[in-house]
Amino acid sequence: MMSDRTIAVLSGKGGTGKTFISVNLACAAAPATYIDCDAEEPNGHLFFQPAIKTREAVNVPVPRVDPAKCIECRQCVDFCAYHALAWTGRELLVFDEMCHGCGGCAMLCPAQALKETERAIGRVQTGEAQGVQVLSGFLNPGEATGVPVIKQLLNTGHPGGRVIIDCPPGSSCMVSESIQDADYCVLVAEPTRFGAHNLAMVHELARLYNKPCGVVLNKALPGDDPSRQYCQAHGLPILAEIAFEAQLGKLTSNGMIAVKEDPRYRALFERLLERIDQEACHAAVGHS
Amino acid sequence: MKIAIPVVSDVKDTAVSDTFGRAAMFMVYDTEADASIYIQNKASLSSGGAGIQAAQTVVDSEVSVLLTPQLGGNAARVLKAAGIRLYKAQPGLNARENLERFTQGKLEALEQIHEGFHRH
Amino acid sequence: MRQLVILSGKGGTGKTTLASALISLSRTRAYADCDVDAPNLHLIGADYTRQEDASYYGLPLAVIDPDKCAACGACEQACRFDAVIQGSPYRINPYACEGCKVCGLVCPAQAIAMKPHQAGTMTLYYGEGAVFSTARLKMGSGTSGLLVSQVKNRLEHAAGEYTGFAVIDGSPGIGCPVIATLSGAHAALLVAEPSLSGLSDLERIIETARGFGVMIAVCVNKADINPEITDRIKAYCQREGLLFAGAIPYDPLAVQAVNQGRTIVDLDCPSGKAAKEIYRKIMPLLESV
Repeated sequence: MMSDRTIAVLSGKGGTGKTFISVNLACAAAPATYIDCDAEEPNGHLFFQPAIKTREAVNVPVPRVDPAKCIECRQCVDFCAYHALAWTGRELLVFDEMCHGCGGCAMLCPAQALKETERAIGRVQTGEAQGVQVLSGFLNPGEATGVPVIKQLLNTGHPGGRVIIDCPPGSSCMVSESIQDADYCVLVAEPTRFGAHNLAMVHELARLYNKPCGVVLNKALPGDDPSRQYCQAHGLPILAEIAFEAQLGKLTSNGMIAVKEDPRYRALFERLLERIDQEACHAAVGHS
Repeated sequence: MKIAIPVVSDVKDTAVSDTFGRAAMFMVYDTEADASIYIQNKASLSSGGAGIQAAQTVVDSEVSVLLTPQLGGNAARVLKAAGIRLYKAQPGLNARENLERFTQGKLEALEQIHEGFHRH
Repeated sequence: MRQLVILSGKGGTGKTTLASALISLSRTRAYADCDVDAPNLHLIGADYTRQEDASYYGLPLAVIDPDKCAACGACEQACRFDAVIQGSPYRINPYACEGCKVCGLVCPAQAIAMKPHQAGTMTLYYGEGAVFSTARLKMGSGTSGLLVSQVKNRLEHAAGEYTGFAVIDGSPGIGCPVIATLSGAHAALLVAEPSLSGLSDLERIIETARGFGVMIAVCVNKADINPEITDRIKAYCQREGLLFAGAIPYDPLAVQAVNQGRTIVDLDCPSGKAAKEIYRKIMPLLESV
């Protein structure tokens, strides 16, 4: 069903307007679900100010040593690929934030002196704001990987219907995790040489996962637009072009949602939703 | 006693490395033998956990003192737990000069530990 | 070689645009792009006459020897990262593999070995009397402080006896690539965005930079988008005893310059003028280091 589609919003770098676009899309589509996968720097909830319903820790395994059993052989220290273990001559130290939770050390300890326990690396929070279910992932600063937060976030129950996923910037493993279940990817690009370069990178990622995609040109200005040129050269549909406007910049920098403040933007985002649905339909038919 | 310093190379008047975790090697000076050996720092090639790995190398070399211009949180934790005393090496001076300053009691204890590299 | 690093707590503040202007104004002979996830500095630029590429190897990843694999599935059961692809033989997905080596531990046929994995490419560009060091991480990789350190080491090596300031365009955020960028730096110019999230990100990067004892200067880009928050940032700097180096107005001509591959000081434009003022303000700071 058209309205059940999951749309992921991505960009090659930070600051292009991913959150601006995802938040406004979710608002325009309400009732809808907004999922903030930018767990290192989640911002969506600052716009929605949702009434919080649930908070759940995201836990990962971490080893703990029983000093009475430890035979000081150091096999665990030598095995750990992340250097999360160190032997001081007197005790075994565990560096929780370096640990990837692979379970290898506990597995190979000849004295069974290492047991795994759990620790929280972040949390998943759900809430609601005027018809939008807001799901946000928060990764604690300094942690090895945000992938477990995203996994838990995407497994968190929500009412279904239209889902908008606000992805982390770039093309790292966290981004790959965020787009796994997306039906369609919206790539946000700035009209600069940098923007085009970063668009190319994130386009490559979307293609790697066989996701149909289209582009929104954000902060557009008159004149040459290398990002538009990239789209034309690669047959990428341009779903919308949002002109740079100081007023819009100010509104957004103060944490306000354009679709709520200005009927022009409500109309723009409603048109964008329609356009995404059209493109996603064509893509679905094409990929059979 | 033995004293370690992160250095750039194994030549006689080598400069002190400006980083601990990714120093090319460690010079270990034995005050009784008045001789130095040089240990490769495998952490310089590691994609993560360099501070911890470098600290492990220093712990394994059985030194009681480390002279270094800077140190991250993870490395500091290992070294302190191992009972190694930490002094701030002076960046303008080479390794030999820093050792002299240390034996003259002119080096300060290292107070400021910088934020660890956390993941990598 | 002394290092001036340009950082921001947040992405998209205009670090690279400003860094390229400072590179031009200072006439430095050494500069680097440490934003290895999304390098952009090479897009503005000099004419490079020579280029040297090198591979960057991150953590070794697991590879299954198809001849030894008995397709027993022990690796798939043990892998916590969903990196094993079932089949005859089984295969490892390099995009998901985190290099933990647990599969190798459990494989009854000794069919799994850890192999070096090229996680990126490093490049040195030479031209117009300067050397430029940059790198790019491959897709799907975790971020890496090692690659950033290597970009700087290669620059230091290539710059030889240069005693001036190298200008280093850093990564956004406060994570490990930023820590690696700050290690060994002498001065840091922080580029802030006048927004609520920009302000909180600025505070975090200042805290991080302070831990390294570098000289800190702050500037605000696209300042006129929100003058109230720009003023808050100025006041914050005053309270904290940090040099406020200036404010750059939003300038469509900056976009034009960048799109032509030029710096904002190559054109007569408001952002270029502001960049010159910032440079003038931070010069005494640099000289004192």
